[in-house]
Amino acid sequence: MRPLLTLAGVTIVEASRRRLLLALALLTLAVIGLSAWGFSRLPATTVGNTPISPSEVRAAASQLTIFMAFMFSGVLALGSVLVASPAISSDIESGIMLAILPRPIRRGDVLLGKWLGLLALVLAYAALSCALELAVIWATTGYVPPRPLHAIAFIAGEGLVLMTLTLLLSTRMAPMTSGIIALVGFFGAWMGGIAMGFGQAFGNSTITNIGLGSRLLLPTDGLWRGAVYHLEPDFILNALRFAGRGAAGSPFSATVPPDPAFQLYAFAWVVMLLAIGCLSFARRDL
Amino acid sequence: MRSWASSPPTRFSRLPPRFTDPTPEPVSAGEAAGAASLAVHTQDLAKRYGRTVALTALTMDVRRAEVFGFLGPNGAGKTTAVKLLVGLARPTAGQAWVLGAPAGDRSTRRRLGYLPELFRYQPWLSAREVLGLHCQLAGIAAASRREEIDGALAWVGLADRADDRVGGYSKGMQQRLGLGVALLGRPELVLLDEPTSALDPVGRHDVREIIRRLKANGTAVFLNSHLLSEVEQVCDRVAVVDRGRVIATGTMAEILRGDGTVRLRVQGLDPAARLGAFGAPVVEGEWITFTGLEPERVPELVAEVVRRGARVYAVEPRTRSLEERFLQLLRESEA
Ligand SMILES: Nc1ncnc2c1ncn2[C@@H]1O[C@H](COP(=O)(O)OP(=O)(O)OP(=O)(O)O)[C@@H](O)[C@H]1O
Ligand SMILES: [Mg+2]
Repeated sequence: MRPLLTLAGVTIVEASRRRLLLALALLTLAVIGLSAWGFSRLPATTVGNTPISPSEVRAAASQLTIFMAFMFSGVLALGSVLVASPAISSDIESGIMLAILPRPIRRGDVLLGKWLGLLALVLAYAALSCALELAVIWATTGYVPPRPLHAIAFIAGEGLVLMTLTLLLSTRMAPMTSGIIALVGFFGAWMGGIAMGFGQAFGNSTITNIGLGSRLLLPTDGLWRGAVYHLEPDFILNALRFAGRGAAGSPFSATVPPDPAFQLYAFAWVVMLLAIGCLSFARRDL
Repeated sequence: MRSWASSPPTRFSRLPPRFTDPTPEPVSAGEAAGAASLAVHTQDLAKRYGRTVALTALTMDVRRAEVFGFLGPNGAGKTTAVKLLVGLARPTAGQAWVLGAPAGDRSTRRRLGYLPELFRYQPWLSAREVLGLHCQLAGIAAASRREEIDGALAWVGLADRADDRVGGYSKGMQQRLGLGVALLGRPELVLLDEPTSALDPVGRHDVREIIRRLKANGTAVFLNSHLLSEVEQVCDRVAVVDRGRVIATGTMAEILRGDGTVRLRVQGLDPAARLGAFGAPVVEGEWITFTGLEPERVPELVAEVVRRGARVYAVEPRTRSLEERFLQLLRESEA
């Protein structure tokens, strides 16, 4: 247990000493600042000479919130890939691992330690950036999405899933390779989610199953839809349900609440990938 | 650099007491017989990477508290052997024991120190932090960590730069740090894979001192090297490997043992005097050369020459340098 925490700590120190945390914090603050300016103009928007109604402000704010969430989840997902893809492989390539692994520790401790450190970073980024953005939206427009904490948890889950996948790949592949595979998977799952929406709306079971398969293979889009659902106020949900096939396939909407079985599956998926990662790393000759 | 280059002779006098106080581990002949009492024991150890054979069948013993040189040309399998011993890679066949346990055993690794050939340490940490990290991973009690770290820094002469980021270190300084890392926690066996590859002459001298000191403290040292002069100076025993197997092993004297050639400068020896019992001599002026003579018979030969009334001015057993012997062994192994 102790080496695991030591290595988690080293991972966090690395992120901070390499100025990763600073750069991310500054850029995120800049984006949030810009969005604050944008949102603050919303209530004052006029159509012709009449200011838009409060319900229109709410509708616009709710949609913009989802787009902002999409942006942050995207930054988190890509960021998770970028920090996890060199986590094991570049330490092997540089030789840092050669000195660490002969210590009386398990290779699993090294992998889980890195994972724990990265987990802390993913959670911290998801929580801080999303919470700050939602606070800015609330302060400028008065809009609060229905279940913000749930949404943040789902966004963090998405980053966590992608980070875990990349870390597993990193036990065997060069940083670039594992990073690219994880990104292709991420966008593939996103497209799979869109396909699934179409398949369901038009009753095409083949397309639905392809989408479902991609969701099971990589649960990122499924988690993203969970986040979206928790950000949608009732009037938006009603409008989406009313639109029916007209709104089918939009990656920024969700008409059904996330299935608890799927959440359980996503959790098991992460555990399974970690286990595979430990095995894969333990069996690797250096 | 200034720190260690300026005052090598005094460095070791500044060592903390724990490091200067040797507690030699007595090794008796009986003890050395059992595999458990050996520092390293391998039997037909083999390693393949895909279709590349890195080790064919390595059989060797390293005793406790001895300095063991592992010599071989590039690609002979030296680094592979060390990686198998510390558990970085797993053998394809054969067996290896380290300090009495199967190689790679987790709790036994607590008693090992290892300097990899490709050494690199977290560039975003300071040397002190790197050593601290390794103390933690090695399970060294928190109370003695500071002493361990300061001791290691003093050993390798990095004390003045201890708080600088490793990323700013020269290659030689990084190798010194690696050596310090390998010395943490009083290991019983230290495996050094070409520890002086990046070091200047002062650094090499320091490493020899460190190795001698480790030996005096009862630590076994496994030294991978192709710097023959270095091996010649510090090793008790050596194994020469080529293409994945041991082609010669023994004490330095055994490896270097000449081909039994002795030259004598003699005056007043009756040319007809028959010294046939010592082989067929070749005479060139005052010099008489005998070949194929057991070293133990040299005094006997000299006594015989003197008994015949001749005057002996010089007796020169021809010794070979390790380099000569090494090249000869490789040629023989080629054939
Ligand atoms: N990870 C690996 N993958 C494939 N082949 C390897 C690997 N490691 C070593 N080898 C091969 O095994 C053989 C022995 O390599 P090794 O590094 O043990 O040699 P060495 O004796 O340490 O050489 P040097 O003196 O150059 O350091 C070489 O043919 C090498 O190509
Ligand atoms: Mg080597």
